Amino acid sequence: MSIWLTLILGLLAIAAGGWLFRFAGQKITGDAPRFRDMPYGVAFGYVFGAVIVVWLAWAYWLSRSADPAVANKYFFLGKAIEGLILFAIAAWLFRLLGRSVGTEGTKKLFRSMPLTASFGILMILIYAFVAIFAGALAPFGQEEVLAQANVVPGGDPAMGGNPDYPLGTDQIGRDILSRLIYGAQNTVGIAFITTCLAFFIGGTLGFLAATLQGWLDQVLSRAVDVLMAIPSLIFALLLMTIASAWAGSEKWLLTVYMVIIIAVIDSTRVFRLARAVGLNIVVMDYIEAAKLRGEGLGYLIFKEILPNATAPLLAEFGLRFCFVFLTIASLSFLGVGIQPPLADWGTMVRDLAQFINFAVFAPQVASAPLLAAGAIALLTVAVNFVVDWMLHKSSGLKE
Amino acid sequence: MTSILRIIAQRLLLGILTLFVVSIVIFTAVNMLPGDFAQLILGQGATPEAVEAIRKDLGLDQPPITRYFQWLASALQGDLGNSFAQANFASFVGADGSTNMASVAAQIAPRFENTLFLAGVTALIAVPFSLFLGILAALYRNSIFDRATNILTLSSISSPEFFLAYILILFLAVLNPILPSLSNIYADMPFDERLTRTLLPALTLTLVVTAHMMRMTRAAIINLLASPYIEMARLKGISPMRVIVKHALPNALAPIINVVALNLAYLITGVVVVEVVFVYPGIGQLFVDSVKIRDIPVVQACCLIFATAYILLNLTADILSIISNPRLRHPK
Repeated sequence: MSIWLTLILGLLAIAAGGWLFRFAGQKITGDAPRFRDMPYGVAFGYVFGAVIVVWLAWAYWLSRSADPAVANKYFFLGKAIEGLILFAIAAWLFRLLGRSVGTEGTKKLFRSMPLTASFGILMILIYAFVAIFAGALAPFGQEEVLAQANVVPGGDPAMGGNPDYPLGTDQIGRDILSRLIYGAQNTVGIAFITTCLAFFIGGTLGFLAATLQGWLDQVLSRAVDVLMAIPSLIFALLLMTIASAWAGSEKWLLTVYMVIIIAVIDSTRVFRLARAVGLNIVVMDYIEAAKLRGEGLGYLIFKEILPNATAPLLAEFGLRFCFVFLTIASLSFLGVGIQPPLADWGTMVRDLAQFINFAVFAPQVASAPLLAAGAIALLTVAVNFVVDWMLHKSSGLKE
Repeated sequence: MTSILRIIAQRLLLGILTLFVVSIVIFTAVNMLPGDFAQLILGQGATPEAVEAIRKDLGLDQPPITRYFQWLASALQGDLGNSFAQANFASFVGADGSTNMASVAAQIAPRFENTLFLAGVTALIAVPFSLFLGILAALYRNSIFDRATNILTLSSISSPEFFLAYILILFLAVLNPILPSLSNIYADMPFDERLTRTLLPALTLTLVVTAHMMRMTRAAIINLLASPYIEMARLKGISPMRVIVKHALPNALAPIINVVALNLAYLITGVVVVEVVFVYPGIGQLFVDSVKIRDIPVVQACCLIFATAYILLNLTADILSIISNPRLRHPK
C-alpha cells in the first residue's frame, strides 16, 4: 500500500507546487497579466508537466550512466525516450524534405501537416519498403535454423550476444531480425490483401445496393445487420475453428481461409459505408443523365459513382487496414492465425512472451517480444495518425 | 411516455429477432464442419458402429432443422449441452459422461461471473477517467495538454491489446513489482486480493477503451460551446470550468452515454486477448482454449453468450440515446 501513499503525497506536492509557481510568478514579474489571470488548473498543469519532464530526464540519465553489466531498471524507459526523440527528429526532417522537394501540390500539403502525420507517412513508407524488399534486406531466411539458439539481443558477446545476430535468435535458433523483416512482408502483406478483398466485396455490393435498391438492397442490408450483430473477433474465432477442421494438416490453406473469413467479416463495415456514400451520389443529376444516355450498370458504378466516393473510401481503407491488421495479429497471437513456418509478428510475440519476466536482470532478453509487438503497434499508430489528419482536414474541423 | 414505451418495445423485439437470426448463423456455421461431431469425438480410429452409436446418442441422425430447435429450446432453458473435452475427461476418470461435470453451462457460469467482474472493474476505472480527461481536454482545447492527450489516447487505441498488456506487465509487474502479472483468481478469494489481481487486466482494457470515450466527450462538449446559451453564461462571468460542467455537460450527455455503452460492448470482444495474456479465468480464455481443441459445444455456447451481451449493450445504447434526445423521442 506504500506505493499508493507515495502517489498521493507526490500529487499533493505537485498541487502545492502549482500554487507556489503561480504565487512566485506573480511576485517576481510584479503581477504580469500572464500570471495574474492564470487559473489554478493551468499552473498545476505546468508544474505537473515539468515534474514529468524532469523525471524522464533523470530516468534517462540513470539508464545511460548505469553499468551495462548490472541489472538496469531504467533500460526500457531510456530506450523508449531515445526512440521517441529519434522518430520526432526523423519526422521533422521528412516534413522539411517534403516542403522543399516535389511539386507545388505536395509542397503545400506538407506545409500544413502536423508532425504526427508526417511521422505516420514516413513510417508507412519505411514499412512498405521493408515489406517489398524483405528478401534482400534480411540477413537470413525466415525458416533458417541457425547453429546458436537463444542468443541475447544487442550483439555484445560479453552478455551472451553475437554480432552476427544483432537482435539475437529465438528458442530454436532462428534469427529474430530476419524474422521481424519477413514478418513485415507476411503480416502486413496478408493484412493488405485481406483489406483489398474486403473493399472489393463490400464496395461492389454496397454500390450495387445503392444503385439498384429494391429487394437486393433489403436482403443485403439485413444480412449485413445480422453479421454485424456478432462481435467480429468472436465470429472470426468461431469460423477459424471450422476452417481449421476443413484445412486439416495443410497449414497454408488455413491462412487462405483466414484471409477470406476476415475479408468477409470486414466487408460488412465497408458495405455500410459504400452504400451510404453511394445513396448520396445516385440522386445526383449527372447519374440521371448517364442513365438517360443508356449507360450500363458497370459504367455507372465504376465511372460515375466510384470516382466521386474515393475520398471517404480512402480514409476508411486506412482505418479498415488497421482493424484487419490488429485482428490478424490477435488471431496469430491466440495461435489460430498465420501458421508457422511463416514468420509473423503476432506469433513471435506469443512465442517470446515469457522472456518479459527476465526484464529485471537481463533487459536485452526481454526486449525481443516487445520488438515484435512494437512493430505491430508502430504501424497501426502511424496509419491512425495519417487517417486522423486526413479526416480532420476533409471535415474542415478547425475549431 | 407511451411513445417511449412503444419505441423500447419495438427495439427489444428487434433485438430478440436479431438474436434469433444470429443463433441460426452460429448453428449453421458449426454444421458446416466436415464429417460430424461423432467422428470428431472419437477421432480417426473409431469403428463405424461406435460412430453410429454416438450419432444416435447426440441426436445427429435427425434433420438439421429439428436439431436446431432442440438446441435452441435447451439453450433457452440454460442447458448448453456437454463439453467434448470434459466428457472425454469424465469417461477417462470413470465417471458417467453426462454428469454435471461435463455440462457446458456448469463450466461457463463461474467464468462468466469472472468476466463480468473484470468488465465491471474496467468500467468503474475507465468511465470516470475518460470523462475527466475529455472535460479537461475540452476546457484546455488546442493547448499542449490537449494535443498530448490526443496523441497518447490515439496511440493506445491503435496498439494491439497484447502490446499494451505486456508494456504494463513490464513496468508494473516485473520492473516495479506493484501488481501481480498473473490474474489466477479462484472462487473463494478475499475481495481485496481478487481486486488486486484483476487490476492489471482492467488497466489494460482501460487504455483500450479510454480514447474513444474521451474523444467523444471532448467533441460533444466543444460542439456545444458555440451555442448562444453558452455565450450567455460566459458573458455572465462564470468560470470556464463551471460553464462546461454545469451548462455544456448535461446537454452533451446523450452522445457520451451512447459511446460509453458502445465501448462496454467493445470490452466484451477485447476481453478475449487480455484474458489470455493474464491467464484470467474468464469466458474469453475458455473460448480460445475450446477453439484450439475444437470443443464445438463450448465454442457454440460462448459465441452465443458473447453475441447476446453485445446485442444487449448495443440495444441499451440505442434506447438510452432515444430517451435522452427529445427529437428522437417524438419522431415526426
